[in-house]
Amino acid sequence: MAIVRGRRASRVAGWVRYSALALGAVLFLIPFYLLLRSAFMNEADLGSPTFHWLPPHWNTANLTGLFTNPAIPMARSMLNSAFIAVTQTTGVLVLSGLAGYGLARIPYRWSNAVFYIITATLLIPAAVTFVPSFVLVSTLGWISTLQGLIVPGLFQALATFLFRQFFLGFPKEIEEAAFMDGLGYWGTFWRVVVPNSYGFVAAIGTITFIGTWNAFLWPLVIGRDQDSWTVQIALSTFLTAQSVQVSQLFMAALVAIAPLLLMFLFLQRWIVEGVERSGIGGD
Amino acid sequence: MFVGPFVIGLIIFVYVPIVWSLYLSLFEAYNTVTPTTFVGFGNYADMLADPAFRQSLVTFLVFAAVIVPVTFVLSLTVALLVARTTFMQAFFRSVFFLPTACSYVVASLIWKMSIFSGIRSGLANAVLGWFGIDSIPWLSITEPPWYWLVIVTARLWLQIGFYMILFLAGIQRISPNLYEAAAIDGAQGWKVFRYITFPQLRATSTAVLLLLMINAFQAFDEFYNILSTFGTYPPYARPPLVYLYYTALGSGQDFGHGSAGAVILTLIIAIVALTQGRLLRLGRRDD
Repeated sequence: MAIVRGRRASRVAGWVRYSALALGAVLFLIPFYLLLRSAFMNEADLGSPTFHWLPPHWNTANLTGLFTNPAIPMARSMLNSAFIAVTQTTGVLVLSGLAGYGLARIPYRWSNAVFYIITATLLIPAAVTFVPSFVLVSTLGWISTLQGLIVPGLFQALATFLFRQFFLGFPKEIEEAAFMDGLGYWGTFWRVVVPNSYGFVAAIGTITFIGTWNAFLWPLVIGRDQDSWTVQIALSTFLTAQSVQVSQLFMAALVAIAPLLLMFLFLQRWIVEGVERSGIGGD
Repeated sequence: MFVGPFVIGLIIFVYVPIVWSLYLSLFEAYNTVTPTTFVGFGNYADMLADPAFRQSLVTFLVFAAVIVPVTFVLSLTVALLVARTTFMQAFFRSVFFLPTACSYVVASLIWKMSIFSGIRSGLANAVLGWFGIDSIPWLSITEPPWYWLVIVTARLWLQIGFYMILFLAGIQRISPNLYEAAAIDGAQGWKVFRYITFPQLRATSTAVLLLLMINAFQAFDEFYNILSTFGTYPPYARPPLVYLYYTALGSGQDFGHGSAGAVILTLIIAIVALTQGRLLRLGRRDD
């Protein structure tokens, strides 16, 4: 009797749990749905006093207009974003990968001091120091340039720290075998360690890419000219100035998040791992 | 060859700017990044005496007091629900995690122009309309401050999935033996959570709280994109970075005060991080 009651109770609990999850899932998907719907609506329907679940008139002119309207630098800003995200991600992986390996494996005189220099900056979020960084970049004459947008973000203490933690746990026997074969640190790193670390590289790479693609404050501070806008800055400018049609703005936003949604579809496993690693500090 | 390039870059692009701004913060520097007149700690005194600067710290405290506990509880709840689910677990996890792909700018756009647009066709007002309630101009009035609801819900949507993943990872690390022992002792439901799951998640919880705090301190994107219109930002609801942005890079280009502000904020966040980090380590020693 007690068992039967227990089973019924757990079945009720299961229903409650699924209902809560389903409700939460609907709430979480609604914003995406609104983005998709609004991108294909026309101005009159968007501004009408009634809420529409589906566009009363399907409007695909927004998509073509986005790339033909000279007032909207969509193609240019998407290219800027892609170039910045790819180079910055590659740069972070190479610089932090090398540094992390050096810290984990290569003994030298000031290694402790260097480790403290790196980890001390973990305490200071980059966003808080945007004024000092702006001062430096403007002295270099890098305002509104791609290098001004990319280079200061290449030196990520967190990524280096995570690589170090990861390489500390890398099986030493494999490296020792490579050393016996006459490969130095450099050869061992590139030919043995890296090929056996693709999963971790993918995890750090995907979250770095997402962070760079979605970055806002630094591109806002540095990207003064329209030619150096990333896609986030283009969207933000039109959103806060309300200078383009709202439906077109939604279409632009849809285009702007499409690459990341595709990434989520195919690389979610690595993104999840990247979040776990970076959130907990690699332990 | 390994560590060198990274450390040199870090010194040039992180340490040099910080030292330079320490130096700049002692000078007058309007519209220029080279110091003009030495003013000592005058800029610091000005900043600390500026009601707008203090107000920005209050804004942060109010924001953090809401966003930190609410995100914590909701992401933990979602993680517990997803962890207990066998049917469609991957689907639910993906749905809650998906907004992580979305930028604050895009979320601000959806929140400002679609969900919380002041007109009847905005979703929030449409829902109110189904219950016969009048439309609310969410963003154009300050009394009551509905704009907080807009800002907080946008950030919740964006970051719950991220912290859910951290909690899920923590939950998976808990030994099943503990749950078996609890079942033998007859513990169920809330008791299992209270005496096993939650204490075992202590390290994760502390890390999540620290991250939530640091991220709330850096809030900028959604405030800027949701609240500013036609290039002007309202005088209220300015968290520290928004305040600093308009001080240092607004029309005044006041780098002396801007640098002093950056130094003060850096000190605050470093102290917060160190204190919480110390607590985290103490927590671990207890285990």
